[in-house]
Amino acid sequence: MEYDIIVVGGGHAGCEAAYASANIGKKTLLVTGNINNIATLPCNPSIGGSAKGIIVREIDALGGIMGRIADKTALQMKMLNSSKGPAVRSLRAQVDKVTYPKEMLKVLENTKNLKIKEAMVEDLIVENHEVQGIITEKNEKIFSKKVILTTGTYLKADILVGSERTRSGPHGERPSLHLSDKLKEYGFDILRLKTGTPQRIDKNSIDFSKTKEENGDNICYGFNTEEDNIYDVTKQIPCHLIYTTPETHKIILDNLNKSAMYGGRDDIEGVGPRYCPSIEDKIVRFSDKEKHQLFIEPESIYYDDMYLQGFSTSMPRDVQEKMVHSLPGLENAVINKYAYAIEYDAIYPTQITRSLETKILKNLYTAGQINGTSGYEEAAGQGIIAGINACLSIDNKEPLILKRNEAYIGVLIDDLVTKGTIEPYRMLTSRAEYRLILRHDNADIRLTDYGYKVGTINNERYEKFNHKKELIKELTEYLKNNKLTPNEHNNEILKKLASQEIKDGITLYNLLKRTEITIDKLQDNKIINDDYPKDVEEQVEINIKYEGYIAKVNKEAEKMLRQEEKQIPTDIDYNKVPNLASEARQKLLKVNPTTIGQALRISGVNPSDISILMIYLRKYYNE
Amino acid sequence: MEDTIAAISTALGVGAISIIRISGNEAINIINKIFDKDVTNVPSHTIHYGHIIDNNEVIDEVLVSIMLAPKTFTTENVVEINCHGGISTTNKVLELVLTNGARLAEPGEFTKRAFLNGRIDLTQAEGIMNLIEAKSEKSREMSIKQLTGSVSNIISKIRTDLVDIISNIEVNIDYPEYEDIEVITNEKILPQIKNIKEELLTTIKNAENGKIINEGIKIGIIGKPNVGKSSLLNELLEENKAIVTDIEGTTRDIVEGNFILDGIACHVIDTAGIRETSDIVEKLGVNKSLEIIDNSDLVIFMLNNNEELSKEEIELLKKIKTKKHIIVINKIDLDNKMELNEENIIKISIKEKKGINTLKQRIIDLFNLGEITTKDLSYISNARSISLLKKSLNIINESINDLEDGTPIDIIETNLKDCWNTLGEIIGETYTDELIDEIFSRFCLGK
Repeated sequence: MEYDIIVVGGGHAGCEAAYASANIGKKTLLVTGNINNIATLPCNPSIGGSAKGIIVREIDALGGIMGRIADKTALQMKMLNSSKGPAVRSLRAQVDKVTYPKEMLKVLENTKNLKIKEAMVEDLIVENHEVQGIITEKNEKIFSKKVILTTGTYLKADILVGSERTRSGPHGERPSLHLSDKLKEYGFDILRLKTGTPQRIDKNSIDFSKTKEENGDNICYGFNTEEDNIYDVTKQIPCHLIYTTPETHKIILDNLNKSAMYGGRDDIEGVGPRYCPSIEDKIVRFSDKEKHQLFIEPESIYYDDMYLQGFSTSMPRDVQEKMVHSLPGLENAVINKYAYAIEYDAIYPTQITRSLETKILKNLYTAGQINGTSGYEEAAGQGIIAGINACLSIDNKEPLILKRNEAYIGVLIDDLVTKGTIEPYRMLTSRAEYRLILRHDNADIRLTDYGYKVGTINNERYEKFNHKKELIKELTEYLKNNKLTPNEHNNEILKKLASQEIKDGITLYNLLKRTEITIDKLQDNKIINDDYPKDVEEQVEINIKYEGYIAKVNKEAEKMLRQEEKQIPTDIDYNKVPNLASEARQKLLKVNPTTIGQALRISGVNPSDISILMIYLRKYYNE
Repeated sequence: MEDTIAAISTALGVGAISIIRISGNEAINIINKIFDKDVTNVPSHTIHYGHIIDNNEVIDEVLVSIMLAPKTFTTENVVEINCHGGISTTNKVLELVLTNGARLAEPGEFTKRAFLNGRIDLTQAEGIMNLIEAKSEKSREMSIKQLTGSVSNIISKIRTDLVDIISNIEVNIDYPEYEDIEVITNEKILPQIKNIKEELLTTIKNAENGKIINEGIKIGIIGKPNVGKSSLLNELLEENKAIVTDIEGTTRDIVEGNFILDGIACHVIDTAGIRETSDIVEKLGVNKSLEIIDNSDLVIFMLNNNEELSKEEIELLKKIKTKKHIIVINKIDLDNKMELNEENIIKISIKEKKGINTLKQRIIDLFNLGEITTKDLSYISNARSISLLKKSLNIINESINDLEDGTPIDIIETNLKDCWNTLGEIIGETYTDELIDEIFSRFCLGK
């Protein structure tokens, strides 16, 4: 065997998968069509954002690299939702599209056990439904114990601009022509998806005086929690806000029949994401809106492209010219790259298990857009899990399956393999029912133990983490064991803090439950004398303030976990379970859930079906 | 640990005693909250006399059996309450049990637990699966069907209001930089949430009055003045309700009352009290009678044994043919002048108390009350609906407190979602996926 693991594709999923597996100590090969395209950002120039930023923190806590590189190459950092509750805060970095891939390549090239090879993969070596390696377009066979496919949008990719259709990957890259047909031959159901990207405008042709500047935060945040002050907050680059004009809307409505989407073309099968509609879609569907918000975002300090967020379209080039020139500040804009849509093949994600190994072919794992997701972060999150699980499988260990109450990554994978998807799946906070405990601030608390256990977190980082946990415990105990006594001095302080005066002693712990009281304020007033690291104080404060809500969520989660403990044997034949409703039977056959909990989340499977199933299991499998 | 479940485990409508069974870890805690004796430390398999109490009000006089795990039917802690107060009281007790932390058992769930916990023979498995399949479908249908349109409309409306707020908050979170989407604040939604609270309160009150959630059989008594309608009503009600109102001198269009027949509530309506003045009386009587025919499950048409059929009575005889009806010929103690060739005739004399039991038996037969199987399901879902409504109200109350305390809105929103789901359970709609669809259909988002 030449390699333990081969990763096909050098996008965000592939990078994390390859890095994790090499880091664990497996001999890993990363195969990519073009080594210069490793970890490029073909769409928006940012990493993180609402919910996605929490995924990046999770990847970091599991020993992944996306967060570290985003920190290092950030042009601007912003904590989103900072005025809202702690559960929905999320970090977003505008990153440099030139330095991000460079830094990633540097890390990968310096990773022990990892080799990178340039080649197009067009087939797999398959024996008895087991994958044993890959076959390149030059018919070279490379053997390995596991293969991870992270092919992104490259499977049979078509670029659409207006009425033009070209077989091509993003930015003129070569697509994989045959791999998806081969997958079909092996028994996979293939799904056609579509996504789009807006224009890139030459920075020098924009009149920024007509735009509103959007700056980064003045506090230095980072996705990576190990190092502090990675970037200089004073040297951040702004984004710019503008709005569409009545003229823009008129141009679009006048030319609707030229749009690939609205022109009545019947050769478009790909399903696009609802959360990412084209500008013509927005104008048609929300016709009462007079204007739409657009952001002009920097792509790099090394070239002049500005990304026009919110203006994705499938109009032909001449119409795009008119549309862009109708925007304030862009009257004389030079379009460096036109907006385009891309159609590509993916597999129905119900064909993979929660370990990300496919059900159809053993030893084959898939991650990223091939599984029907959208977004760099969603891809990277799956990538690291696929990498870890391929390694665990080689060592005959149980896979790492993050639960819905443990990580957004867990929610993501569970949704995909349980519910499937028909549009590119994007993570949203509303998808996470336990989001109050899936915060960006506690990602390390949630996941570092797993990372250490599987071997992606080293001893040094683990010790640091344990120290943090010790401090959290210490501070919590201190607050529980120390009381504020009801005397004039203390009540004076409370009055000053606009807080109710006390008549009886109150523990500092209970005092902190008051909305207006914070650890900071208690320190300022010498009620708490010791200083703790900021992240420790933050953890303790959140745990105290939202204790009731957190307990409620944990209780809900426990209910779910009880159902998750009930395993369903893999050899179950749902055709033999009597009395199941026919819709439930079909869905169960298709998804083949591994636990009762997963079965419960399949739409169309009712509680009575679950009861019947449990009794059947008890009778024929004795638990 | 599994949830604690509860249900009425005797068939409703049969027998004088109904048993509510509670099974699960919380069973003892729950009974302690509503029973006037502390049963925390009583020995297993003992029976205790006492009362079920709700806010200092005695609901029923009961016997409570305490059976501790593992030697019970389900192998969990089991509490059984023997209720004596008839169907609506039993229903109320069940509602209290549910409001205090139990979940209504799915059909066959006790047996399922007994089986899963190894208490029942494996050979019975198929039988249980059949039972679950047959009963669940029916119960789901029943519980949704028996909600009148107005209740589900109110609940749907509250859910729509909630979803408006929830999806807007979600969009604020997931797309924080979209300036053109309204930013929801605590102050903005407080009045809306208070409004929802009021709507819930009214719904619960109405549901408890039994006005909205329909209970039992509606019986309408028609017939001309002096035929003995009020007397029959009093006889059935076993109280002087109709006469009392007459003595008061009030002019009431309709006198009504409830009585229990074989455990089922019957709601009787009578046109007693219509003032008999001058020539328009007969017309008024006929119109009123037609209205009652329309609104009743059963029409009792009373005729005088000592009089001949009038023109109006012949007309009404035609009208009642489309409904379940019983023709009651009263005053058989007097000379017979009534010639009538019809089915469903019962002859009685209220004065001599003759034939009343035959009449009651006929009602029982007409509605198959002896074999009532669907009825118990609708009663259960009543208790279920009310307990879910109360749960929703509790969540809303908590949310109002937190809104006033300045808790971040995205945290309060988890409560609102919980409320939305709980209300959805009542009308049979709970798909969290709906929410995401809402967001995309209402707001204009994207890159």
